[in-house]
Formats: sequence, C-alpha cells, structure tokens
Amino acid sequence: MKILYLFRLFYRELKTQEKRITLTIVALAWGTFSIVVLLSFGEGLNRQMMKSLHGLGEGICIVYGGQTSKPYKGLGKGRVIRLQEDDVELLKRRISGIGLISPENDRYRNNMTYGRKSLSERVIGVYPPFEDLRGYFPQRNGRFINDLDIKNKKRVVFLGTELKKRLFGEEEAVGKRILINRIPFLVIGVMMEKMQNSMYSGPDVDKAAIPFSTFQTIYGDKYLNRLIYKPKDISQSEIVKNDVYKLLSQKYKFDPTDKQALNFWDMIEEEKIMRNIFLGIEIFMGIIGGLTLVVAGVGVANIMYVSGKRRTKEIGIKMALGAKKRHVLLQFISEALIIAIIGGTAGLLLSFIVVELFKVLPLEGDAADILAHPVMSLKIMLLTAIILGVVGFLAGVFPARRAASSNPVEALRYE
Amino acid sequence: MIKMKKINKIYGTGASKVEALKNIDLEVKENEFVGLIGPSGSGKSTLMNIIGCLDVPSSGEYYFGGESVENFNHNQLAEIRNEKIGFVFQNFNLLPYATAYENVEIPMIFMGVKAKKRKSMALELLDSVGLAARATHKPGELSGGEMQRVALARALANNPSLILADEPTGNLDTKSGDEILAIFENLWKQGHTLVVITHNPNISARAQRIVKLIDGTIENNGK
Ligand SMILES: Nc1ncnc2c1ncn2[C@@H]1O[C@H](COP(=O)(O)OP(=O)(O)OP(=O)(O)O)[C@@H](O)[C@H]1O
Ligand SMILES: [Mg+2]
Repeated sequence: MKILYLFRLFYRELKTQEKRITLTIVALAWGTFSIVVLLSFGEGLNRQMMKSLHGLGEGICIVYGGQTSKPYKGLGKGRVIRLQEDDVELLKRRISGIGLISPENDRYRNNMTYGRKSLSERVIGVYPPFEDLRGYFPQRNGRFINDLDIKNKKRVVFLGTELKKRLFGEEEAVGKRILINRIPFLVIGVMMEKMQNSMYSGPDVDKAAIPFSTFQTIYGDKYLNRLIYKPKDISQSEIVKNDVYKLLSQKYKFDPTDKQALNFWDMIEEEKIMRNIFLGIEIFMGIIGGLTLVVAGVGVANIMYVSGKRRTKEIGIKMALGAKKRHVLLQFISEALIIAIIGGTAGLLLSFIVVELFKVLPLEGDAADILAHPVMSLKIMLLTAIILGVVGFLAGVFPARRAASSNPVEALRYE
Repeated sequence: MIKMKKINKIYGTGASKVEALKNIDLEVKENEFVGLIGPSGSGKSTLMNIIGCLDVPSSGEYYFGGESVENFNHNQLAEIRNEKIGFVFQNFNLLPYATAYENVEIPMIFMGVKAKKRKSMALELLDSVGLAARATHKPGELSGGEMQRVALARALANNPSLILADEPTGNLDTKSGDEILAIFENLWKQGHTLVVITHNPNISARAQRIVKLIDGTIENNGK
C-alpha cells in the first residue's frame, strides 16, 4: 500500500517534472552505458589477442638446429648441428617433463590437384601430437593424423582451412582424393578456423599436413626442419628446456653452454611478455573506465544535486504544512531510488543490446577480430550501475536532508 | 492559546545585524480575532513565523497551548503545524505542479488521512471558498484571488484551532478582499482563533483587537 503510494507520488512528479527526471535518468543510463560498452570491447579485444596468440600453440617450444660457437672436446667451432627423427624418441624417453612432442618437416611448392583445379602449396610431415601442440583441430566430420597412419605410412592428408577452400570451394573435402605431386592422398580432415598472429613459414590455414612417415617415403629427409614439444607443466618449462639442451648436447657433442648450437623459439617466454602487454592494456582500460565513471558520476550527482536543491522551497512548503523529516526523506529517497534503478537498468539494457548487436554484425577481417567479440562482465556492469546509482542517490538525498533538517522558513525563503 | 514573553529575533551578525523583533510580549486567547498591522519591515511576518512555529526566536519564551515551544522537537513542531495551525502565506506558497485540490490535500497526507477521504474533503473545502469549479487547475492557471482562496482552503484542511494569515487580501481587489473577509468572520464564529496581518482597513475594523508593530516593537496592545 505504502509502496504503491510512493509510486503514485513518483508518477505525479514524473508528470510534472518530466524534464528533470528524464534528464537524470538519461545521464545515469548514458554513464552506465559508456563504461560498460567501453570495458566490454576492451575485454573482448584483449581476449581476441590472447586467443590469436595461442593460434600457434599454447606454451609450446620449437627447437631448431644451429651452429656451434665454442670448441668442445677437440671438435672445432662452427660445426653445423642438425636434428634427426630419433631425437624425438630420445627426448620423450629421457625427459619426463615433456608432455607432447613432434617433428615437423616441410616442403614448399607441391603440386596439388583436385578435379581440374591445380595449385602449388605447402606440405608438412608431422606426428599425431602435432594436433594439440599447434592447434590443428579438425572440423566436426574429420580427424587429424593418428598413430596408425604413421605406422602404415598412409597417404592421408589434413588440409588447412584456406587451402581447403582454394581447392574445394564450398564442396565437402573429407573422404575425397587429391593428388599431391601426382600421388593420390585421401583427405581425412579439414582444420577449424583459427586466428594466428605469430607464425613461421606461413599461416597454418594454408598448409597440408601428412604423416611424417609418409613424408619421409616421398622426400627422404635426413634431418628435421624443427622439433616441437610442450612441457607437461608450463611452470617447469625452464627446467625442461635445460634438460633438452643438455641431452642434445651429449648426443651431438657440443658445449651445453653454447647458446648457438641449437635455436629455441619459446612461446612461454613470448607469452610472458604478451601477458604483460595485456595487463598494461587492462590497466589502461581500467583507468579510462574509472575516469569515465568519475565524469558520469559527477554529471549524475550534479543533476541530482541541483534538482534536489531546487526543490528546497517545495520541502519548505511541505514542512510548513506539517511534513516531518521522514516524510520528506521518504519521498526523496524513493524518488532517487526509482530514478537510479530505472537509469541503471536502462543503461545496462542499452549496452547489452549494443554489444549483442555487434556480435551479429556481418563484419569482416581485422575490424571483425577487434569489434565482433565484446565480452560483458557482470561484475563491471553491476559495479558501474551501483556506483552511479549510489552517487546519484546520495547527491539527490543530501540537499533534501539538509533542507528537511532546517527551519521551514529557511527552506521557504529559497527561490 | 498563545503567550509570548520578551521575544527577540535577530537576523545576521556584525554590520548586517537586524533586530527584527525586540522584547515582544503578546498573548492571544482562544477564539480571538487579532489584526496585526504596521509598516513594511516592521517585523510582522517575522512574528507570524514564530507564532506559526516555522521559526524560533533568538531569545524569549513562547508558549503554545500552555507548553513552552522550546521543549518540542522537530517532529512535535511538525505535528503542531499540521494539526493546530493553518497558515496562509503572503505569497501563497502553493506547489506549482500540483492541482488546486492536490494542494489542499497536502496537510491531510501528513495527518494520515486515507486517499479517498482526502480527496472528498479537499473538494469540500474548495467548495466552501467558492472554488469547486477550479479543483483540477494548477496554480499557474488561477488568478491571484483564486490562489489566495486555495491557500486558505489548504490552511483549513485539518480544521486547525489557530489560523494565521499574512496579508490575505494584499493582492486582491476590494470585492475579492471582502469575500475573504466574510470567510474569516465565518471561521471566527465557528470558534477558530485568528491572527491576520493586514493593511486592509475593512479587516482591521472587524478584528477584535489590533496589534501594531513598529520597528520590531509592539506600539499599541489593545483596541
Ligand atoms: N532572513 C532574513 N535575514 C535578514 N533580515 C531579515 C530576514 N527576514 C526579515 N529580515 C528583516 O527583518 C525585518 C522585518 O522583516 P519582516 O519580513 O518581518 O517585515 P514585514 O513587517 O513582514 O514587512 P512587509 O510588510 O513588507 O511584509 C526587515 O527589516 C527585514 O529586512
Ligand atoms: Mg511580511
């Protein structure tokens, strides 16, 4: 009953003081909206960047051969060190910290034919763990290379997303046969779309992967182009890296302190740096969001304060007619509360709509990567709405409280 | 009804200090009709505000219904204003965004009168001052005399024993002034106590007693 009465009062105020109340609600909604949208897109961008960083593989380490720069046990410096396939077995057996490991060899400009279409493309030969190491995940109806393919030297191929499109267009590829350098291969899978912003020898979506054993029967490489592993525990990566270095230095007889005998590309290191950059961006967004919040807060507080102040005379009249402090406060508190709730909700709703709209917008290319994946944080949404609501509420109630505590004549004199 | 002893009211300090009221002794009995006159700035409104418990004196004693006002807290003063006093302001003080009957309802809201009853009583009061036809008009749509009558109807809302009016005919022509005067006489007959600030000789002629203020002091106490 009481609540209903307050709403009736508010409705009457709304009718009569439409402009003031609408303005306050709009200010509140806009403040909430700008902050939530700003932070949503910031967070979305951040996650997008993190994801594409992982496009090459999360926490992996890539090992290349090198050239010795120090003499060791009677051997001169300048010796070329090259990795071999049996290194994979050796490392897996001797270093327990290694989780996944695979060799990778590649060839450029292979003739690839399907039907009448003939292209010149890249082929890599790998082990099955390559799928997880490098994020070569198949689309629903396909699979990646497995142990049986390796064992039987099967002529099967896993196609990168873009390569498949070039070769097959929209047509289904899995189960079809293609010719690679005139040798028939069965397509067993097509890669899921992925974003990748760090790479070597071109984007993964342009490559075709075949079993390492099959690759060797065709090309017969003596050495590995590179070797990829991932530690079981990423926090132990430094130790594993040292173990790998030591083990290979024994096998290839070079000084374990010789930094140039092998080359490492350590994504873990890279990620640490990127994480700091992301942290920097997040702090920056936080500061901008905070400043926007302050600006919005000041705006809302100002409107509420001025309108609260403007109504001093009204308060004086009511007090002269017998309103007690609590009558005045109850009216102002409920009004400020209703305004805060409507404004905050409207702002949240508006940001929600805009964010959802961007998600379905048909954006292409880089703009899509940056804009099309905003992430709304419930915490930020509620925090923003609550802070603005409370600020507006206090700013609205404060002058009313003052007026209600003074003599009616003082309030009445206010024009 | 009310009794004042050595009431002083001082506004401001230092160079801008104004002694609006000096050593006022005043008594108003039940069902008296007192006219308060005096030149502009003599302190009439100031005195009226203190009588109406809208303001407090700087010093002196004020008894309302036998009780010292000093002993009342904020809420008790509000109750007195609400139940015992009807105030007609010099400048009406109507709420601009509320209709005539909504303005009349205000004192009843704080009294706790139910909405339905409130509205019918407000309409009745407006009718008694001859404004039934203007009930749903806002103050901006009313003439000065009509606003004055709305203010009067509002002052009567909780049937207060003491009615205070600050220049109720100040802005009105003779005819409207006479109408207001008739209402006052009627109220007086019904047993209300009236204190009316006025420059209108018709009203002061009808008052039982005239109190004349000059420079914050009472010059003449009694007719
Ligand atoms: N809030 C205030 N601050 C300072 N001085 C004031 C204040 N209110 C009134 N005064 C002064 O007190 C004196 C009495 O004022 P008051 O309003 O009581 O006069 P009045 O008799 O009602 O005059 P009028 O007939 O013009 O309405 C005046 O000199 C006025 O300037
Ligand atoms: Mg005056």
